[in-house]
Amino acid sequence: MKSWEVVIGLETHAQLRTRSKIFSGSSVAFGAEPNRQASAVDIALPGVLPVLNREAVLCAIKFGLAVNGNIAPRSVFARKNYFYPDLPKGYQISQFELPVVSGGGLAIRLGQGDEMREKLVHLTRAHLEEDAGKSLHEDFHGKTGIDLNRAGTPLLEIVSEPEMRSSAEAVAYAKALHALVQWIGICDGNMQEGSFRCDANVSVRPLGQKEFGTRREIKNLNSFRFMQQAIDFEVQWQINEIEEGRAIRQATVLFDPDSGETRAMRSKEDAHDYRYFPDPDLLPLEITPGWIEEVRAALPELPQAMKARFEADYGLSAYDAATLTASRGMADYFSRTVDVAGRERAKLCANWVINDVRRFMTGGTRDDVGEPVASEVRDGTPGRDAIRVSAESLARLIARITDGTISNAGAKKAFVELWTGPQLDVDEVINRLGLKQMNDGGALEKIIDEVLAANAKSVEEYRAGKEKAFNALVGQVMKASKGKANPQQVGELLKKKLGG
Amino acid sequence: MSLTPNDVARIALLSRIELSPAEAETTRGQLIGILGFIEQLQAVDTTGIEPLAHAVDVVQRLRPDQVTESDRREAFQALAPDVENGLYLVPKVIE
Amino acid sequence: MINASLKQLAAALAEKRISAVELATLFLDRIERLNPALNAFITIDREKTLAQARAVDVSGKLGAGDTAQRSLLAGIPLAHKDIFCTEGWRTTCGSKMLANFVSPYDAHVVEKLAAAGMVTLGKLNMDEFAMGSSNETSYFGAVKNPWDRARVPGGSSGGSAAAIAARLAPAVTGTDTGGSIRQPAALCGLTGLKPTYGVVSRYGMIAFASSLDQAGPMAKSAEDCALLLTAMAGFDSRDSTSLERPAEDYSRELEKPLSGLKIGLPKEFFGEGMEPDVRAAVDAALAEYRKLGATTVEVSLPNSALSVPAYYVIAPAEASSNLSRFDGVRYGYRAPEYSDLADMYSKTRAQGFGAEVKRRILIGSYVLSHGYYDAYYLQAQKIRRLIAADFSAAFGECDVIMGPTAPSVAFAFGAKSADPVQMYLSDIYTISTNLAGLPGMSLPCGFGQGGLPVGLQIIGRWFDEARMLNAAHQYQRVTDWHTRLPEGVQ
Repeated sequence: MKSWEVVIGLETHAQLRTRSKIFSGSSVAFGAEPNRQASAVDIALPGVLPVLNREAVLCAIKFGLAVNGNIAPRSVFARKNYFYPDLPKGYQISQFELPVVSGGGLAIRLGQGDEMREKLVHLTRAHLEEDAGKSLHEDFHGKTGIDLNRAGTPLLEIVSEPEMRSSAEAVAYAKALHALVQWIGICDGNMQEGSFRCDANVSVRPLGQKEFGTRREIKNLNSFRFMQQAIDFEVQWQINEIEEGRAIRQATVLFDPDSGETRAMRSKEDAHDYRYFPDPDLLPLEITPGWIEEVRAALPELPQAMKARFEADYGLSAYDAATLTASRGMADYFSRTVDVAGRERAKLCANWVINDVRRFMTGGTRDDVGEPVASEVRDGTPGRDAIRVSAESLARLIARITDGTISNAGAKKAFVELWTGPQLDVDEVINRLGLKQMNDGGALEKIIDEVLAANAKSVEEYRAGKEKAFNALVGQVMKASKGKANPQQVGELLKKKLGG
Repeated sequence: MSLTPNDVARIALLSRIELSPAEAETTRGQLIGILGFIEQLQAVDTTGIEPLAHAVDVVQRLRPDQVTESDRREAFQALAPDVENGLYLVPKVIE
Repeated sequence: MINASLKQLAAALAEKRISAVELATLFLDRIERLNPALNAFITIDREKTLAQARAVDVSGKLGAGDTAQRSLLAGIPLAHKDIFCTEGWRTTCGSKMLANFVSPYDAHVVEKLAAAGMVTLGKLNMDEFAMGSSNETSYFGAVKNPWDRARVPGGSSGGSAAAIAARLAPAVTGTDTGGSIRQPAALCGLTGLKPTYGVVSRYGMIAFASSLDQAGPMAKSAEDCALLLTAMAGFDSRDSTSLERPAEDYSRELEKPLSGLKIGLPKEFFGEGMEPDVRAAVDAALAEYRKLGATTVEVSLPNSALSVPAYYVIAPAEASSNLSRFDGVRYGYRAPEYSDLADMYSKTRAQGFGAEVKRRILIGSYVLSHGYYDAYYLQAQKIRRLIAADFSAAFGECDVIMGPTAPSVAFAFGAKSADPVQMYLSDIYTISTNLAGLPGMSLPCGFGQGGLPVGLQIIGRWFDEARMLNAAHQYQRVTDWHTRLPEGVQ
């Protein structure tokens, strides 16, 4: 039996965050009644013409800068000709020979903790194009219904090199890209609404073979879980076919989440011949160096740079820094927590954000492979919906641990209350739950004396050299103090008394 | 200039224009004539010449990102051969 | 009144010697009487026209209001080539595909002329989707040449040309992709102008070949065309190829003397191919220009023979894509019977388009298809650059270029319809200006065989419409070809 190598390249369509369509003044708001956001241009009435939306170009420039790609000083819109009822003009305006962005790369992270490794996936290109409408196949007396509200929505199609070697790598790439487009604010990342969807080109080849195998393209993967399932199924299917002596034929396939299988599409039967040519209704798109610099200056700190800064300035591990910069919302939240708590507590802040905040983020945005995402919401403020304890509150809570007011265990209780309860002040919560540690030496000494008196056996054992007995005594004191004693202080006092 | 009946069938399919066998044959003859006429372009040496897509050398103007269109669904759909519940209807699309 | 210039009509309206309603009625009556024999109009709607005229009569545009509101063209009737979308009017583009299409919006040109107070008389016949040089491809039947009804009026703006020649309208719009304004203007004995590409918005003008299409005026004289162009031209944000230029008064240079004007005569235009009667009329016109103080110089457009084949790659390529929207889904014709979606498309388009349109779509699909793109489309675009460069070089030696508009006078119906290539060659002198984006015009310069009109073509530098109009107007001041009428029209 041979070993097989999987080769995957991804084509991702990111819907750009504009108000109006790429070539018309129609709204792109989601959820309107069918065809109420389909203007004369969108339904391709005779005589209408496209005019390019500046904001869509701006989004493409931001992306090009964020992936370190080349932004073409002059790019060209082309027509991709094919007939389909959701494509009103009979062609899609896209870019072909001269895309707006070419090259660049995206760092993806694989594995957990100390096992984590990074891989740079190169990008072939990113180009601007318009979306098609939607075909609704529910029964209209056996007909298909066409809604053109989505027709003309601006998309950035981002094409990777075929450099992924497993479904896990493909998902890691898709997630990194998903985070990046939201990070730079060009896409809302809403996968349910189709704002971010991927096509995966999958092929297999015997390990060591140089040439690529014949690929099949899995269309319209709008969830990371489906992407993983679809690729895994497709890879196994292709291997089986080849091993049984059947050649793979190039095809476009769809993934059926119910059966977990991929199947070839029937509607794209005629040989693809899109007859691309420069759209004569549009002129070359010119992007000046001045415009690029203006955009660069306004770009936020990018995840790779922020990750490096967290490692260097806060002494975080690569994995922790990567986790905190997995989304803009998470990174902003962490940064604000550190700003309030002070950078000497950055490590503690990181632990809290990574372990506690992320664990609690169930009600908020969460991607479908279970990874919590502190995503930016549409108004641009980081995930207030997702994270129910503000960065300021978390910072104060952390300060209360370090100043000895509460124990770590007490802080966890307070955190639960802050998250689930009415939005109270941190100190109010500490008071209400009675979490304040007993820092009054006199009262504590009294309790210790009582415990020592009642546990003569443990005292004896400790003195005989059993360290365990000491821990038992600490536990008894904590219990007698109803958890309010500061464990560190208890230890010190006990040692003094037992030693004295 | 050779243009086979298969070539004619292929471009008719790409163009979504039905041709009866008789039409296909007449069309083939005419297309051979036209393509023969434009064939003379091949003889011209255009090495180093940039293609010209527009005679006037200007760049694309950019539109501000503003919603300027209002809903005209009723007026537009009055023109359509088959609509229901605001949707354009076509024969069933099989994916 | 039917022979009056636009200025004379404007004066009559301003002085209340006639109302807009009366003027519109006069032309509507003529259309009713003469159009059945000529078939120049596809759609007339007396009610709509008179309602518009009434509105102009009570507006301040006719001279009753303040100067700012007044418009010289207000109240003057005009008819549109049926390629322009006109809200509430049937807009067919000469095709069965759009035979029942009532446009829900106005083209920019229609908007501008209506804003100037012009009154729409109706929609004019044309070759289907502007593809033709004889008007024989119209779904609504061919237009007859008013000078000889057995002959073609030219195309594609044949209805526009016949309407002016027969005085069914004092002004019309046309479009020109390869000569569709100039060639019918020549064959019907009137004045027509195709502006520089980008001067008039294409918004609402049903696209044939987007990089070549340009709208322009057709009228009895250069003076009228100048007034109309001034009203039609102007920047439109809805057309990416519309040029942002300061507004121009195209009449501003009409009265300038021609002394010192250098006229270039391309030797390629005066060789074989031009009929002797056309040659005689053009030569006589050039002699007249010399009398007016102009000098002539031979220039060369070495690649002009390639303009027709290059055009018949580029125009069908663009058309094949532009016409894909006619699929029977959202508007227009849908085949009555079909088995499935693919069948609906193929039958709808087979039945909705005429033979010439289908031929050009097929040619366009072919030249763009895989494996042929570089050899045909890209090569044609390179030759397009050579053709434009030829003109740049020629304009280094002259101010305007002159020559014949068409190689012969109007030909008989059926004379060229069997051989597409012969038909395409009727545009041999006009096509290169479209490829180069230059302005061109045709004006009557005499009569040839059978007493049929001959057109003189003037080609200008980019944006040099005012100078071309000046040259044409000065000629029309000393000649009367443009005032001649076909028999049976009065």
